[in-house]
Amino acid sequence: MQQFAILCYHAESVVCAWSKEEDDAVMAKLSVVQDKLVKAGKLGPVARLMPTTTATTLRKDRTPALVVDGPFAETKEQLLGFYILNCDSLEDALSIARELGEANPGGSYEIRPVAYINTATVPGLAAAT
Amino acid sequence: MTEICCWIDHALTAARPQSIAALVRYFRDLDTAEEAFQEACLRALKTWPDKGPPRDPAAWLIFVGRNAALDGIRRQSRTGELPPEAPVSDLDDAETDMAQRLDDSHFRDDILRLLFVCCDPVLPVNQQIALALRIVSGLSVAEIARAFLSGESAIEQRITRAKRRIAQTQVPFEPPGPLQRAERLSTVATMIYLVFNEGYSATGGTAHIRAALCEEAIRLARLLLTLFPAEPEIMGLMALLLLQHARTPARLDADGAIVLLDDQDRTLWDAKMIAEGLALVEKAVRNQQPGPYQAQAAIAAMHARAKRAEDTNWPQIAALYEALQQLQPTPVVALNRAVAVSKVHGPAQALNMLDELETALVNYFYFHGVKGALLMQLGRAGEAKIAFDRAIARANTAAEAAHIRLQIDRLIKDSDAARTTSR
Repeated sequence: MQQFAILCYHAESVVCAWSKEEDDAVMAKLSVVQDKLVKAGKLGPVARLMPTTTATTLRKDRTPALVVDGPFAETKEQLLGFYILNCDSLEDALSIARELGEANPGGSYEIRPVAYINTATVPGLAAAT
Repeated sequence: MTEICCWIDHALTAARPQSIAALVRYFRDLDTAEEAFQEACLRALKTWPDKGPPRDPAAWLIFVGRNAALDGIRRQSRTGELPPEAPVSDLDDAETDMAQRLDDSHFRDDILRLLFVCCDPVLPVNQQIALALRIVSGLSVAEIARAFLSGESAIEQRITRAKRRIAQTQVPFEPPGPLQRAERLSTVATMIYLVFNEGYSATGGTAHIRAALCEEAIRLARLLLTLFPAEPEIMGLMALLLLQHARTPARLDADGAIVLLDDQDRTLWDAKMIAEGLALVEKAVRNQQPGPYQAQAAIAAMHARAKRAEDTNWPQIAALYEALQQLQPTPVVALNRAVAVSKVHGPAQALNMLDELETALVNYFYFHGVKGALLMQLGRAGEAKIAFDRAIARANTAAEAAHIRLQIDRLIKDSDAARTTSR
């Protein structure tokens, strides 16, 4: 079985302007689809990130790595992977990112708080490598 | 169809600040920019449902709006000199890209300038707010009138006056230097905070209507923070607004009466807003550049973190108020600090702090309310009653007055009870 990630893109100025009712309506429609996927044994973790205004970026293309407020904004680099971490604080997340960055310098990490996460993973997904 | 209209509506609203801001730079006139944007929106409503939305709605609207306005200017002055740029009536992707390249480098300062124009100090505060809501947020005069609990003609007049005064002042259109940019940013932040407060101070049956102002302020703060992602004070402002607005569902009871922070049902607080607010406070503080918005946000964060009122870390809040007072030495901050001190060291010490504030705050409702409450805690019922009466006389809304009357009722009941037991 091949695993796929679906990465969600949308205009933040539009999505952040949704009223609570509109937002709830979208989430309700999505959860119908997600429930079906859970029953089919296909759904892994689902996360919604906080807005990019909460983002911090670690530029690890230099030594020492540089922390910059704001989201990752370069268009010459591509999204290649991601981590989900349990952290005590933003500082904790940044020090983990620094350690990872030393192991794999170059490029950047964008550190963003998770607003919502559904960690109900499918047994098959957890075991697969 | 409704889904399409809804999507287009959202896209037009979201693209509005950037589009209007760029059009103001081209035409250097608010009315022309607004008309150009309106025209572009009309064309969008005609073409987007069939052709699909453009890749960059703001660039499309700026381009189409500018050409439409140039056409209009040409028609009006056929004999006059032609504006320098050639009109382009048809848009393909190449032109959209060109329009975008043209604007990306400018739009941050464009939007800041537009917001800054709206809060020109020559304008009274209520005109600043009305103008920003009309021009930047795109609220209709009817919507603004509703939010201000005012008549449409009064608001219309307020906006017209504001525009006339702005037309007379010279707005600098060259890109601002770093110092000028920082000054503009701070002026604009104040204006956004005032929009929020206008909505937040609402009480009674109209509170849900005026909450729209809070949401609009949050939207403006978000826009500002997107443009200036590394400004700790803008992070602080955004966090402060989110953390305060999160409490809105718990601030009034079913009858519209004020529920004090200590008595609020904290399960009604908006957890999503609180989470975002706390994340922003943490991010802002990392920069170690303290400022008044960050300090206020940090105080709001202390309240947000307390699951129950009795879990509140008052010593920390009192310390934050002390820091805030150094950054912003105003009597109102000193009064709030006194409240925090009363929670840590008792009412007597807080009451002493109130003495030197009396002259400055003699007409302030909240001052007399706080004084009454402290006197009540000290068992000085007669003096408390006098302070509460003063508060009622200075109440801004019926709900404020009702809240103080409740305190007086409690006083009377307590003293009755005391008399009964002493007999």
